[in-house]
Amino acid sequence: MSKKLTTSNKVLIAKVVIHLAAFLPLLNLYYLAFYDQLGADPVQRVIHFTGIGAFNLLLVTLIVSPIAKKLKQGYFLQVRRLLGLYTFSYAFMHVLNFLAFDLQFAWSLFFNEVVERPYITIGMITFVLLAALAVTSLNSIKRKMGKSWQKLHNYSYLIAILVSVHFYWSVKSELITPLFYMLLTLVLLAFRYTKLKALILSMFTSKTR
Amino acid sequence: MLIKTQSNSQSNPAIRSSEITDESVYLQRRQLIKTMGFLGAGALIGSTVSKTANAGFFDSKDNDSNNFKTTPLKFTADKDNLSLIKTPEQKVISHNNFYEFGAQKHQPAELAQNFNVDPWQLTISGECDNPITLDYDDLTTMFPLEERIYRLRCVEAWSMVIPWVGFSLANLLKKVAPNSSAKYVVFETLHDPKQMPGQDDRRLGGGINYPYVEALRLDEAMNPLTLMSVGLYGKTLPPQNGAPIRLVVPWKYGFKSVKSIVSIKLVSKQPATTWQKLAASEYGFYANVNPNHDHPRWSQASERRITSGGLFARNRIETLPFNGYGEQVAHMYKDMDLSKYY
Repeated sequence: MSKKLTTSNKVLIAKVVIHLAAFLPLLNLYYLAFYDQLGADPVQRVIHFTGIGAFNLLLVTLIVSPIAKKLKQGYFLQVRRLLGLYTFSYAFMHVLNFLAFDLQFAWSLFFNEVVERPYITIGMITFVLLAALAVTSLNSIKRKMGKSWQKLHNYSYLIAILVSVHFYWSVKSELITPLFYMLLTLVLLAFRYTKLKALILSMFTSKTR
Repeated sequence: MLIKTQSNSQSNPAIRSSEITDESVYLQRRQLIKTMGFLGAGALIGSTVSKTANAGFFDSKDNDSNNFKTTPLKFTADKDNLSLIKTPEQKVISHNNFYEFGAQKHQPAELAQNFNVDPWQLTISGECDNPITLDYDDLTTMFPLEERIYRLRCVEAWSMVIPWVGFSLANLLKKVAPNSSAKYVVFETLHDPKQMPGQDDRRLGGGINYPYVEALRLDEAMNPLTLMSVGLYGKTLPPQNGAPIRLVVPWKYGFKSVKSIVSIKLVSKQPATTWQKLAASEYGFYANVNPNHDHPRWSQASERRITSGGLFARNRIETLPFNGYGEQVAHMYKDMDLSKYY
């Protein structure tokens, strides 16, 4: 039966699965949180859920191209934008939860925390980078940007590193989970060793010139 | 015992209208107290709340037969703090920092239900004339029990209002008669990795070293506010809240209020305490609630009060110096630089 599926159908099915797997948990989360059925402190729960959810989605996004290469299934790459946009959506909800439900729109406190707390500063930088990638994901913009599009989207590797630092720095004492995530990030970056090496070298040479 | 909480709350302009109980709830409570008499009325209110509040999603998973059994206590009700909106019992017993049973706040309620508290031994020893060991029954019978409705401020910037039941630590310390070398009081939580999975597994236990140790200066320990709690909401403590006996120091961050205590020792020198050892720049020995001294990674100027209400509850309030108990405790620190001794 799978033989009958065209590539575009396979992509469509994959996208539907991604939508269900990424959107339904959010819907469930906010339904429970709204009705105070998410433990004693729903605010903390939604912040943690969307934060770790964004990280999970980012890692899934980053594993797509190594798998596509390994299995020689080029069409896999067509789901990366959707995964990336869900990563951004979760990160957006993560920041919004912090601002709206934790700080309850105390804007001065929000700006103070972003500036004064290094782990939140890093988180915000990461979020701004993610937003830049999300905004430029439209095909029309991508075409207009030409070569600089790929340059910008290479920042996804930096984003992954920053997120793992943000996570590590945010916890009180249990370091094993954030260290595990850091390891996963490094493994995913290791798949791109050649590309990253070239990127770093080009940065280095352009600076010294 | 005379505690000036009533005069405090009246003269304290920082008590917000949001902290005042709804009139309907207030009237219900008056009615109940009127009907039942003061003694033990708290127990009735408590059990009513536990059955009705938050009967939702997560409760359905609970297996009642596995649950730890708490029993009603006899105590004198706290009539002075009825204006404080209490955190619902279901939230008090399901949102706990008790890393011995898991570092996530929902874990202790799930992993502590088979905890065995009887038999229990609490030893009070060290620099004193009459060291004693209390058995399980002594904990609730040695001293008359009183209800104390206290604010609890966690160092993580959330807070609750909890009706504890217990007795002043001062009563217990007077019994053992500290000698002149006694300057500090050290508390230790049970160390039993077989019963406390967090002590057996570094990840589950949040990477801290056990047994958990906390300490107070002797004058802090003797302050009338300092409570040895054996119950909450009118019943004996559930294990996730520190059964069978725990400390409650309402003007300090919650991590000072050590749970499931097996040893109280009077010593001459300031001991190293668990969180201080782990990150001295973040968690000090004194750990007095202080809105002017931030945790390095977050502000302590305000807090979220956990009451009923979901995601949209507007519950962020200003944090008060000494958690609002300055009138009773500030004098103990009057010559100290609180930004140095945080």
